Amino acid sequence: MKHPGWWRLAIVGGAVLALEIACRSGLIDRVTMVPPSQMVVALVHMMSGTPWFWSDAGATFRNIGAAIVLSIVPGFLIGLMVHALPRLRAVLNPVLFSYYSVPTFVFYPLLIVIFGIGPASLIVMGAMFGIVAMISATLVSIDRIPRVYGKAARVMRLSPWQTALRVQLPAATPHLITGIKLAVAYSVIGVIAGEFIISTAGLGRRLTLSYNGFDTATMYGLMLLIFIAVAIVNTVLQGWETRVHRRWYRL
Amino acid sequence: MKGQRWTDYAILLLAIVGLWQAAYYLAGPEAITPPLATVRHLAVLMDGARFWEHARASGVAFLYACMVALAGGLVLGIAIGASPGAHQILTPILSTLYSIPKIMLYPVILLVFGLGLSAKVAFGAMHGFFPVALFAIGAIRNIPPVLLRSARVMHVARLDLVRHILLPAALPEIVTGLRIGFATTFLGTLMGEMFASSEGLGFMMIRAMDIHNVPDIMALTLLAFVVATAANTFLLAVEKRVHAHGR
Repeated sequence: MKHPGWWRLAIVGGAVLALEIACRSGLIDRVTMVPPSQMVVALVHMMSGTPWFWSDAGATFRNIGAAIVLSIVPGFLIGLMVHALPRLRAVLNPVLFSYYSVPTFVFYPLLIVIFGIGPASLIVMGAMFGIVAMISATLVSIDRIPRVYGKAARVMRLSPWQTALRVQLPAATPHLITGIKLAVAYSVIGVIAGEFIISTAGLGRRLTLSYNGFDTATMYGLMLLIFIAVAIVNTVLQGWETRVHRRWYRL
Repeated sequence: MKGQRWTDYAILLLAIVGLWQAAYYLAGPEAITPPLATVRHLAVLMDGARFWEHARASGVAFLYACMVALAGGLVLGIAIGASPGAHQILTPILSTLYSIPKIMLYPVILLVFGLGLSAKVAFGAMHGFFPVALFAIGAIRNIPPVLLRSARVMHVARLDLVRHILLPAALPEIVTGLRIGFATTFLGTLMGEMFASSEGLGFMMIRAMDIHNVPDIMALTLLAFVVATAANTFLLAVEKRVHAHGR
């Protein structure tokens, strides 16, 4: 397989084209789905002319960004702490694993009581959803540091700080990136779900409004925007992950 | 050692209950119900006839969603994992699809399937399908090539190759994928019930959220968490056994 990228493009392009034809020919009716070309048109139209668009999109992406930071940094620190306490970790394990079976955003109304309707509730919601993925990934990342690195650091008489920053952190990076990817995905879910349920601004709210108002074109335009944003972030992180992987596991 | 583990679980449980009680004192009854009251309220809920109808609806939806997600994910994952070309082309597409927040697709699911069982199943299955497929791909890809080479040198028959070499080598990671798929399908089914259904435990949750019935929210979430933790603990034990066997 010489050019996997081109094949991939052909497959995705073919799927989009098939969808376009199915929608245009009436195989899929207009209320269910608009043709992909119209999704793009609707999105461009919103970006250029709709007054609420930039403030709502800005609010959502700001909240998601804050939620991501609040899940990655404390998640990493909590992960370090839990790793240092093996007994705590042993009992915490089943809880960490089952956390993502429960829709944490049922607590959203309770967060609203505490923080009020607004960005704070949404950010806490997204961070609550993302942080556990980061904790788990941090635990795994430390586990996977080969023992021999520690020995090498000792032989070279590195100080604990040097060992942590120059040896352990870089060696843990590949798995930490996996954690960051998951934390990003879950933070997005948390914030958008919160906006669906109760909010005064944001893309999730606009999505629900357009669904309730049978404005299918706007609805798909908004989905396309969220999809593109997530795909870009994911591709960037994936590229970083591949580069780091290659450096550590040169095969 | 075993005794210590149980003591640790007891301490963890006490700590959770203590934190929960403290959160209650901080946030007040408008936001949280205390642990004991929540358990009591759950018992009251479970005594009602409607509760078991909802629970049954959730169970049926979850079962169907699991079948679709686990079987579909395994078949596609193994097929892609077995072909290097397909892996190079398709795996990035799958991992992008895995990363999109599927919750934003709930209007599409509603428009396509309407309110009801098939919408819930679709929602649950699309959450579980991708992790199962991706782990199955990884499982097949991570089989050390030396195993295959030695098998070829020893002229192992195709069926024996699958049974005695490929399956044992890939099984641990596949089982991990199934456990994660199981958990995410559970989440997806509950979310499907919240946004695309008029029955089930997820529906009870969203109804309680809409009228701000804090005791109901707390009791139902506690139930979901206990069920999920029990199922996960069991599957983790199975996984540990499979992993130990593989070694």
